[in-house]
Amino acid sequence: MRQIADAQRVSMLIDQLADAIKRDMSGTTDPWAIVGIRSRGDLLAQRLAGRLNFDHIGVLDITLYRDDLSEIGMQPTVRTTEIPFAIDRMQVVLVDDVLMTGRSVRAALQSLMDLGRPRRVWLAVLVDRGGRELPIRPDYVAFDLAQDDSGLGLAPDNRVEVMLQPTDPEDGIVVCSSGPQVSI
Amino acid sequence: MSKTPEPYCWPHKHLLGLQDLSAEDIRFVLQTAVGFLEVSTRSVKKVPALRGKVVANLFMEDSTRTRSSFTLAASRLSADVIDLSGKGSSISKGETLRDTGRNIEAMGIDAIVCRHPLSGAAVQLSRAVNCSVVNAGDGQHEHPTQGLLDIFTIARQLGRTDFDLTDITVAIVGDITHSRVARSNLYGLLKLGATVVLVGPPTLLPRAFADLGCELSYSLDDVLDRVDVLNMLRIQFERLTSQAFPSVREYATSFGLTTKRLARAKPDVVVMHPGPINRGIELDSQVADGPNSVILSQVSHGLAVRMAVLYLVSGAKHQADLL
Repeated sequence: MRQIADAQRVSMLIDQLADAIKRDMSGTTDPWAIVGIRSRGDLLAQRLAGRLNFDHIGVLDITLYRDDLSEIGMQPTVRTTEIPFAIDRMQVVLVDDVLMTGRSVRAALQSLMDLGRPRRVWLAVLVDRGGRELPIRPDYVAFDLAQDDSGLGLAPDNRVEVMLQPTDPEDGIVVCSSGPQVSI
Repeated sequence: MSKTPEPYCWPHKHLLGLQDLSAEDIRFVLQTAVGFLEVSTRSVKKVPALRGKVVANLFMEDSTRTRSSFTLAASRLSADVIDLSGKGSSISKGETLRDTGRNIEAMGIDAIVCRHPLSGAAVQLSRAVNCSVVNAGDGQHEHPTQGLLDIFTIARQLGRTDFDLTDITVAIVGDITHSRVARSNLYGLLKLGATVVLVGPPTLLPRAFADLGCELSYSLDDVLDRVDVLNMLRIQFERLTSQAFPSVREYATSFGLTTKRLARAKPDVVVMHPGPINRGIELDSQVADGPNSVILSQVSHGLAVRMAVLYLVSGAKHQADLL
């Protein structure tokens, strides 16, 4: 495991994301909501909401929408989805920590559509790891590892993890050599 | 990075009773149910978790709310449901439960929800089939999902979000002998640390229950002021064969929860009933519809709990196959 960003860098990256989102927010008069995907996207959404002026903030648990439920051995733990507002006609910023295959974003989109009909959904991720298996593209990326020229020499089975307080002891981004990927 | 402990994994392919579950199992299924509560509040009340699975309701005894609750729970998980009831089917032509189960399974069923008048029927069925079996009430034995939803309701009502019921005293009042609801509640509540007092007339409250670790009382009035929860059981006229009490009116006088009795209980005592209520016998109408009553919450929580159960047992099946 090696660290590729420390707490200070993470804070800067979140600032970058916030700035990019802010430019789009100033262009409309629609209500805006920010929704984080458990279990790091929700923390990231909170950080972003602290920097921007969001009318609504929510948390999405996508467990029940995973496309591999009948393949994996056990049922993953279900947590709560907390979106206590109607997302109809809203501009919704969907937030996740790392974008890789795109499967959790697909699940999150389906889950959002079951909750209502937003006017537009934007995708904001802290890290784009590359390795897409679905045609999904982020609107905002702070740290782009998808390009070969990132200079980090990531192997295909390397896992990129974002750590955020208070769930993790300190903020940071790390690369783990391999190991079973628990979340999609 | 320090090695994280092995995550908990639901190990049960069947849900036959709360006696078989550990405290950790019970907390996990209830915690899972919290995640399912929200599904019923949406405009699209459905999640795709059990898409393509089939759940069979095999009910050999009358039931309205449990069966419809299981049907709705399965549909909200996107499973298909087939309904088989004892009356008007081959089951009433003398087919054994084992044969019925195996025939249903041959249609490609993933889980059977079974209610049966005989104690132990669900266990028998689980041995005969390869699919999951969920006990929806077997004779006087257990009604695990009712026990789970009662515990869920108690914990939420009393703010115990971690489902630890230490220092909470629950009275279960009525016909304990014939009640599978009482047994499932008792097993579950004791495992989560609650104190349980069983209350009823001596004819319906066998002394052997004390061996399970609960208190017994033959007088509701004696325990009223020290309990946090009053779970009032239904007098099951269909199961009372001998004269268990002199008259219904006498039972109501001694064990019915009247407004007068409620006034002597703790002001925020939680009043529960598994339904259907015999109004004026176990519960006065004013009490059943009053501010202490959580009877309708029990029903809505039942849906979330049953969704959690169906979700978990269908996952455990895969795990069992892989081992």
